[in-house]
Amino acid sequence: MTNCDCLTAKDKQVVTTFWSKIASKADDIGADSLSRLVTVYPQTKTYFSHWKDTSATSPQVRKHGITVMGGVREAMGKINDLTGGLLTLSELHAFTLRVDPANFKLFTQCMLLVVAIMFPVDFTPEVHMALDKFMAALARALSEKYR
Amino acid sequence: MVEWTDQERSILNAIFSSLDYEDVGPKALSRCLIVYPWTQRYFAGFGNLYNPEAIKPNPNIANHGIKVLHGLDRAELSVLHSEKLHVDPDNFKLLSDCLTIVIATKMGNAFTGVIQAASRSSCSVLPRTFHGARTSVEKRLRSFEIMAH
Repeated sequence: MTNCDCLTAKDKQVVTTFWSKIASKADDIGADSLSRLVTVYPQTKTYFSHWKDTSATSPQVRKHGITVMGGVREAMGKINDLTGGLLTLSELHAFTLRVDPANFKLFTQCMLLVVAIMFPVDFTPEVHMALDKFMAALARALSEKYR
Repeated sequence: MVEWTDQERSILNAIFSSLDYEDVGPKALSRCLIVYPWTQRYFAGFGNLYNPEAIKPNPNIANHGIKVLHGLDRAELSVLHSEKLHVDPDNFKLLSDCLTIVIATKMGNAFTGVIQAASRSSCSVLPRTFHGARTSVEKRLRSFEIMAH
């Protein structure tokens, strides 16, 4: 098992500082992000076909967005060892949920957009880059157990 | 070929007709160069791109960002970018993502999921415009498609 060292010390500092500014809005960010995901990328609804309502305004979709953002919050706390720290989540996604990893990137796109809208001044290009790198590292850690 | 619904055309028309190209263009391109630094390879002659502090106020980058937005309706740019500048088409997706973020930042909550979806179909035309079709007729058709009427 290898740990991804792609996040520099500066990246981690930028990301954790920004997270401290946005953490109180994590639930809203998650709910909006997943709502946008199913709207902009309707193919992602296939993962939620067991729900009656998979529209953007569905309470289940929004609630699940909060759950996903909880995973991002957990990853923030384990930023120095994402692979080891997210092992359980990786196994869940690999063996039970079997989400195609391409969808992690789509969720990231939606999340970054929501964050840009909610924090237009703080979401500078430098913060954008560091957060994009962090989400890519998180996605890699989540995909660790896939094969 | 991209097929837009009437609703999508209306949305795109509203966005682009009220867009401040002088502001959005530079912000989108400089964000792209900062977030995806490998895209800087195409701007070797544009002056100091050493770090974000140098990229943001760079007037050459700002001017080119404005040009990019105005250039969406010029089919001959397709040939220029593919055959002379050799720009990897994937880079246009990266620029599209940055453009979407800049527009969303300006519009705030008005940039809804429906608008985001319409913008995504619009921005997916960017790679096809600049690395467009094989024939000049198809190139013209594509350039007219992305002009909001």
